[in-house]
Amino acid sequence: MELHKLKIHELHDLLKNKEVSAVDVTEAYLERIKEVEPQVDALICITEEYALKKAEEADKMIQDGNINDLTGIPVIIKDNMCTENIRTTCASKMLEDFVPPYNATVVEKLNNLGAVMVGKANLDEFAMGSSTENSAFKTTKNPWDLSRVPGGSSGGSAASVAADECAFSLGSDTGGSIRQPASLCGVVGMKPTYGLVSRYGLVAFASSLDQIGPLTKDVTDCAIVLNAIAGHDPKDSTSVDKMRKKDYKEFLKEDIKGMKIGYAKEFFRQGLDDGVRESIELALKIFEDLGAEVREISLPYLDYALAAYYIVSSAEASSNLARYDGIRYGHVATNYEDLIDMYMVSRSEGFGKEVKRRIMLGTYALSSGYYDAYYNKALKVRTLIKKDYEKAFEDVDVIVGPTSPTTAFKIGERVEDPLAMYLADVYTVPVNIAGLPGLSLPCGLSNDLPVGLQIVGKHFDEGVVLNAAYAFEKACNFNAKPSFKGGAR
Amino acid sequence: MSITKDEVIHVAKLARLKFTDEELEKYSHQLDNIIKYVDKLNELDTDDAEPTAHIVPISNVFREDEVVPSMDREKVLMNAKEKEDGCFKVPKIIE
Repeated sequence: MELHKLKIHELHDLLKNKEVSAVDVTEAYLERIKEVEPQVDALICITEEYALKKAEEADKMIQDGNINDLTGIPVIIKDNMCTENIRTTCASKMLEDFVPPYNATVVEKLNNLGAVMVGKANLDEFAMGSSTENSAFKTTKNPWDLSRVPGGSSGGSAASVAADECAFSLGSDTGGSIRQPASLCGVVGMKPTYGLVSRYGLVAFASSLDQIGPLTKDVTDCAIVLNAIAGHDPKDSTSVDKMRKKDYKEFLKEDIKGMKIGYAKEFFRQGLDDGVRESIELALKIFEDLGAEVREISLPYLDYALAAYYIVSSAEASSNLARYDGIRYGHVATNYEDLIDMYMVSRSEGFGKEVKRRIMLGTYALSSGYYDAYYNKALKVRTLIKKDYEKAFEDVDVIVGPTSPTTAFKIGERVEDPLAMYLADVYTVPVNIAGLPGLSLPCGLSNDLPVGLQIVGKHFDEGVVLNAAYAFEKACNFNAKPSFKGGAR
Repeated sequence: MSITKDEVIHVAKLARLKFTDEELEKYSHQLDNIIKYVDKLNELDTDDAEPTAHIVPISNVFREDEVVPSMDREKVLMNAKEKEDGCFKVPKIIE
């Protein structure tokens, strides 16, 4: 039996029936990692010893009759979430040696459930990017075609799931960083509503947009992981209180008759790849066949979301990244003149190009004389985009469309043109701007590369999104897998 | 609007970043492109729109004032390159 190919719920059944032990499962995944990691480069570190110890603990839990959905299940965590005594780098030279003294809340939650962390995933430095090419350490390859990017910033998380290096992973999503790589790697990825999952211990990029979420092999697993990580946390006062959390597994039903599904006409403009368009049109047809009411809607401010996003996220990033002064943690310069110069040299040596670019843009947008013209203007446009969605959701239950305008692009293709790279997030960014839940799942292939369908719901309507996704998944029956043949197709 | 090289130098200082001349040229050019792109926001009339800094309407979040243990000093200092007598050590700033 090839354990690494199984989904969470399938592994769970084997563990529950004691057909395999958690140690068996962990060993199988560690072996798989050793086999494919040299090709995929999805991981910044493999936590072998730690994983085997955790697997033994999970087996003890199972023997004690204390099994839950994630006990003994191998997971990979994006390397911008703090793991106690395990290096957390954010794929930056700045944090190359950083060892967190505490666990992020999501990590703590997974630990308590007996999940087994087998490694930490590569990302674009500080989660800024759409391809993982901004990692200071390595570029992750797309398992579907090793000459292409896996997307980003959670590219390592998505590629590790697609390459069966873990049963699921966690990513973070500020402007599409879970959904876009999920789309490019042919896996399921969800950004929950802002505030559903605690951000405590997630290294901050843009605090009003960041959200942690699951990357999984199917929609059922997505609901299982969401159950595990959602909920209020006193350590994150933006995490919501009002018993918003539900049992998401209860929404996994095939019946979506009468569900009102909108697609924005603005999605189908220039820039959308023909192959992606065809897959999405086919997806709309599947929803119709399932008895949903599919109708056209309009999001007139969609075209402005990307511009507003780059101002707001960069402004917040410039402020959040001001903490890297080389004193309490992080890279510190050895040659400098005085205190200010020490900051300047440490930061210039520690941060990579894209991070510096965003700090510069954000600092400019917040600086005296430009604050109203850029930052405040972008916040006002944010209001317009939010209202766009509010109006659309008066008529529909969910909005569906492409996750990304193209399939996976070639490594190196967009590195010298930041704006072209930013356009990879044109469909995902507005969802963060409005704080809504969004899920990407595979809906077809275009030139042998996966296409992602994005389903967006109302605030805290993850259940309805999962219902639509589950019904679609059953009807679409996408079961292609990467072949690992590399670039020569 | 476009951004001048002098402005880039000023912003770099505010952001505590240092660039070589070559980098300055490149950043000026790239930032200028990005800023020209975001200028499209000016096409929109936002006079009646309130700014949204945060999507979930949360005001003050209170909790009980309970005494709980703090993180060990050793742990707090474990990532500092320079430390002395249980404190972070920084370069001298007063002569």
